[in-house]
Amino acid sequence: MNRATFEDYLFPTALFLIAVGGWEALVRINHIPSFVLPAPSQVLVTLYDDWGTLSRSLMVTLSITFEALFAAIVGGVALALGFRLWRPLERAFFPFAVVMQVTPVISIAPLLLVYLSSSAAVLVCAFLVAFFPILSNTALGLASADHNLIDLFELYGASSWQQLMMLRLPSALPYFLGGLRIGGGLALIGAIVAEIAAGSAGSGSGLAFRIVESGFRLNIPRMFAALLLISLTGILIFLFFTGLSYLLLHRWHDSARGRER
Amino acid sequence: MSEDFAVATASAPRPGALSAAPLVALRGVRKAFFSGTVALEGLDLDVRDGEFLTLLGPSGCGKSTVLRLIAGLTAKSAGTIQWRGQPSLGFVFQEPTLAPWSDVQTNVWLPLRLKGVSKAAAGERIEEALARVGLTGFEKAYPRELSGGMKMRVSIARALVMRPALLLMDEPFAALDEITRSRLNDDLLSLRSTLGATIVFVTHSVYESVYLSTRITVMAPRPGRVVADIHVDAERPRNEEFRLSAYYADRCRETSAALQHAMGEA
Repeated sequence: MNRATFEDYLFPTALFLIAVGGWEALVRINHIPSFVLPAPSQVLVTLYDDWGTLSRSLMVTLSITFEALFAAIVGGVALALGFRLWRPLERAFFPFAVVMQVTPVISIAPLLLVYLSSSAAVLVCAFLVAFFPILSNTALGLASADHNLIDLFELYGASSWQQLMMLRLPSALPYFLGGLRIGGGLALIGAIVAEIAAGSAGSGSGLAFRIVESGFRLNIPRMFAALLLISLTGILIFLFFTGLSYLLLHRWHDSARGRER
Repeated sequence: MSEDFAVATASAPRPGALSAAPLVALRGVRKAFFSGTVALEGLDLDVRDGEFLTLLGPSGCGKSTVLRLIAGLTAKSAGTIQWRGQPSLGFVFQEPTLAPWSDVQTNVWLPLRLKGVSKAAAGERIEEALARVGLTGFEKAYPRELSGGMKMRVSIARALVMRPALLLMDEPFAALDEITRSRLNDDLLSLRSTLGATIVFVTHSVYESVYLSTRITVMAPRPGRVVADIHVDAERPRNEEFRLSAYYADRCRETSAALQHAMGEA
């Protein structure tokens, strides 16, 4: 057997199976009741049995996450472009962005719930956490175009529009995609956190709401099943944006290429 | 292009005719930066048609600033820069300065693209420019996939695609290894003889300057100014024989002495 295949695939897979198998064995051997710790097999069974409810919640969480992410992309990129076009805007707006970023979303959520409907509050929370990494990364990317290339564009009499489209935007792309990968994960976290804060008061029916609800009912297997879906969603979002970065960058950017050995 | 340039006469000279007016004339040029550093003071420099002019001098003598002034990339603080006819130039930086997200032909297309020429319409000129630098067949390659020397060739092709009257080169081969550098030197010379372009070249290297140039302007720093003008016989073919000749050795000694003097003066 090839050593690389072992190190790259077999060993991680084996470790994963051992961990899950150990968990299953622990529960079975000690007869741990499922309302304390359900076995992985039972979590899967619950996932299958409750798929109707859970899948509806998954769609709610997914749509909040992607709506928030979409708003964060539009807002973040637009504001970053605004910073680029008119510098005073950056000085005036950046403090707000920083305040929004450094204040933990869990502490803003209750306040938002006072002013907004719970579904709107959840959306705003998810937006707030996803917005900043996209804004700051895109702004950094737009500012980091090669100075000699800027000179060259000037030499050939390029318009500001040409400079933006052919130079600034492509230069910013790797940074923007980096921001998107962080923002994508954070949007999900923001949506979950806000929904937990809304708790039973909320009318929402996302995955976090299912967790809170199942907790009250001591339906621990369903808590685990919802948790599993949240993790899988996070992983899929991450993989999606990683794949997107690779597709867009692999021909030219160092970050998306393996080192030649 | 900045409007700093005063256009003396709009007509280009007849080919082969020795024009009285230089292609570009700098008179009493001063350049001070915001920091107060005076990069250039009272600089007079003529760039004449068809010559290979090298600006040679220690770091900080304002060689690159002269190129940037001629290109209109920076504004002079005093003096005049006069072009005969419309400014028409290509610029090659010390780094290849390619757009990493574009393939070779798209990079070479850039100057034409910025003037609104479509890629299809520019195709022939892109091909021609790439052929001149020996990169036919690399149209679809990305800069990442090329060696340092090849990237520099792409950069030169991009400067040539507009068929400029003047080619400005700011230490273009300084970052390359000795073998690549000497090959590019020879290729640049043959390019020049086919194109008949005028070149202003900046370097640190005495040997490179004597090998390439028809005229070497030695500059001294603080503030940057011209201290010597050395002519190298343009009629002598540049090859290995030239490099081994007594004439070459003499010019190197002369240039080296001027450079030492320039550094001592500072």
